Amino acid sequence: MRSLKSVCTTLAMVLMAAAALIAIGSAGAQGRRGGTLNFILKPEPPHLQGALSTADPIWQATSKFHNGLLNYDPNLNPVPELAESWQVSPDNRTMTFKLRRGVKFHDGHDFTSADVKFTMEEVIKKYHPRGRTVFAKLEEVQTPDPYTATFKFSAPSPYVMFVLNASETPMLPKHVYGGSDPRNNPANSAPIGTGPFRFMKWEKGQFILAERNEKYWDAGKPYLDKLIFRIVPDASARAVGLESGDLDVGGPWPVPIADQARLGGLAHLALETRGYTMVSAMLYLEFNMRDPIFKDLKVRRALAHAINPAQFAAVVWFGSAAPATGPISDKLTRFYSPSVPRYEYAPKKAEALLDEAGFKRGADGVRMRLSLDAAPYDENYLRSGEFVREQLRQVGIDASMRSQDAPTYFRRIWTANEFQLNLYGISNTPDPTIGVQRLYWSKNIISGAPFTNGSGYANPQMDRILEAAQVESDPQKRKKLWDEFQQFAMTELPIIPLLRLDMVTIMNKRVKNLAAGGLGIYDTFADVYVER
Amino acid sequence: MRPRLGRFLVWRLAQAVVTVACIATLNFLLLHLAPGDVVDVLAGEAGAADARYVADLREKFGLDQPIAVQLGRYLWSLGRLDLGHSFRHEMPVFQLILQRLSPTLLLMVASLGTAFVGGLVLGVTASRRARSLADNVISVLALLAYATPLFWLGLMLIVLVTLKLGLLPAGGMYTIGANQNPVAYALDVLRHLILPATTLALFYMATYTRLMRASMLEVLGSDYVRTAHAKGLSARRVLYGHALRNAILPMVTVLGVQVGSLLGGAVVVEVVFAWPGLGRLAFEAIFQRDINLLLGILLFSSCLVIVVNLAVDLLYTRLDPRIALE
Repeated sequence: MRSLKSVCTTLAMVLMAAAALIAIGSAGAQGRRGGTLNFILKPEPPHLQGALSTADPIWQATSKFHNGLLNYDPNLNPVPELAESWQVSPDNRTMTFKLRRGVKFHDGHDFTSADVKFTMEEVIKKYHPRGRTVFAKLEEVQTPDPYTATFKFSAPSPYVMFVLNASETPMLPKHVYGGSDPRNNPANSAPIGTGPFRFMKWEKGQFILAERNEKYWDAGKPYLDKLIFRIVPDASARAVGLESGDLDVGGPWPVPIADQARLGGLAHLALETRGYTMVSAMLYLEFNMRDPIFKDLKVRRALAHAINPAQFAAVVWFGSAAPATGPISDKLTRFYSPSVPRYEYAPKKAEALLDEAGFKRGADGVRMRLSLDAAPYDENYLRSGEFVREQLRQVGIDASMRSQDAPTYFRRIWTANEFQLNLYGISNTPDPTIGVQRLYWSKNIISGAPFTNGSGYANPQMDRILEAAQVESDPQKRKKLWDEFQQFAMTELPIIPLLRLDMVTIMNKRVKNLAAGGLGIYDTFADVYVER
Repeated sequence: MRPRLGRFLVWRLAQAVVTVACIATLNFLLLHLAPGDVVDVLAGEAGAADARYVADLREKFGLDQPIAVQLGRYLWSLGRLDLGHSFRHEMPVFQLILQRLSPTLLLMVASLGTAFVGGLVLGVTASRRARSLADNVISVLALLAYATPLFWLGLMLIVLVTLKLGLLPAGGMYTIGANQNPVAYALDVLRHLILPATTLALFYMATYTRLMRASMLEVLGSDYVRTAHAKGLSARRVLYGHALRNAILPMVTVLGVQVGSLLGGAVVVEVVFAWPGLGRLAFEAIFQRDINLLLGILLFSSCLVIVVNLAVDLLYTRLDPRIALE
């Protein structure tokens, strides 16, 4: 009996050891050490500091040099990064983060709660493009000990839990940034973080070279020896580089969208659409609500009926988009609601509505002449503008597109407000209080700041819903408020949400683990490796 | 001759200072006519901003001041030989220009040198046997090279040489991260230089070929060439000793103009081949409203034009003693 027991114990131990060995073996196969990754950065960013700008290439670069307190899984649930664990008080006014021990900045200094406090209070809250808005209610970061950081809020700010990743809220070294204007710090262009890669060199107009951080806190990672951000200004040259294997990864949409399918068909390349939930890009057609023509809801609804989003997605976006039903992307499952008023493609209905509104077709078949501004910094938006113009022509609206460059466009829409229809892509961000509210909230009509409420739409009931959602700490109730918002936004229609844009990363198949987490090309790349 | 040259140079220098000051002022005012500024771009790229963020940036860059104050400040700093700070790149404009200058010069010297010599040889060859098969072939090829868009030619060269043949790298200036000795580095740069320089050279060579042919034909028909033939000189001697020296003057003029414009004129080739040149820097600066940088590059280019014009004037007097300095 005894011997049987001991045999069993021994057997169990052997089995456990074998299991452990298998586990180690598979972990070893998961990532291969070594190699260089050539990563396309477009356009060349002004600096590499995500705490000061949320520009796309900065997001992509900053997250390789820095860490955030949190990271996110594919469903945008928080997972540990610099914070090993965290606790949110029931009233959502206190968030306590337990920090990882033994984390060092690239210059050898320890990372502690003092760095968290400094980053949040002195940099993010003061200089981050949306820091003043997102962290408006953050009163203080308390540091009871070097490995505990406690965020104290004056009112619940539930959305804060979704913006603590390395690109949006990178943790900066206090000893480097303290005591001077962070915007002028040389470390913005030569970052010193805790991230998996160390900054080596930036040859302007050519490349940024990063090398493996040998002392990274996640032992054994990163897998790559070198990460080279390649600045390739020409889209066709990027396509050639991906095709020849000279470039490994690029996104979103690194090549002309018409060329995408061809590249995806090559044996060594893959198209990856995961990893963009954090961005959740949408294409909106926005009315200038200051214009008397659009005061009539019938006109706004008519335009919604005049455009065929399914055809739009197929013809202009080659399938890299899908019809949207409301202002919130269906990828944001936590907030998306399908039960909203729908405006199916029905040109007859559109014409009837326009007739009712008093815009009858003239002798030349034209009901009204409008101007249409499509965001000029992306070829896809310009093609989209042409599509919308043609669709409007079908129902007797003659829309003329203006040719302009990006600064002229930003001025026209958000400073001068001299426009009628505005067509552009915008990110929902992980939380609608951050990414969607800004376009519908009357308090966000800000002259001179791009991507604020440019339509000039102001409605007290809308404000009430949005403001309630800002501070609602119960997820169920908050979801209800967002349901209400979506319904109301689609009833009021100051913006026609046309498409959900499915951004694409093009990558060499030798690159592995890129879309394992929720952040895709915006992740730290600690887990990314290349096969030989 | 010497004192005359000295006086000439002083006079031209004085003219140059006035010209440069006028150019700087005009450029400054012209660039401010464009709607939107660098802060619009930065805030737009950031995809998010509030009023404070925008106002803070304008204050940081001094863009909140009236135009007259901004212009005064700019001219004052120019007077101290300071080109200012690039808003976009967050570094001194002069340093940025210096960084980009050697790649630009390399591309310019390689392509213009090839084009000049090639154009000269082809033009002379064509003119010697005007209307022959060789002349027709050269003329048609020159026309084709001239009419082909640079970006297309560049891309086709990449597709052929890089993708199909795998001979040369598609872009960039050198292999990144390869620690090379100086000789290997020079060879590496050369390999990267061949495609962009060829693309650009083909275009310019077409101009030179046409120009040289026309100019040679004109000179070859003139009286003194007939005289030279009559006095029994060899055809070779007449061609190279008498005709070529006169025929080359228009080439020198055009070369001068192109050297001046090439500093910013190679944009297309620089973009296609990701060559880190000044043209691309200027081109991007326009869309980013990086006024200081753009003004710096324009000023730099205008200085170059002035210097090259001076050099061309001096070269004329060497090539043709009948031309005097005034």
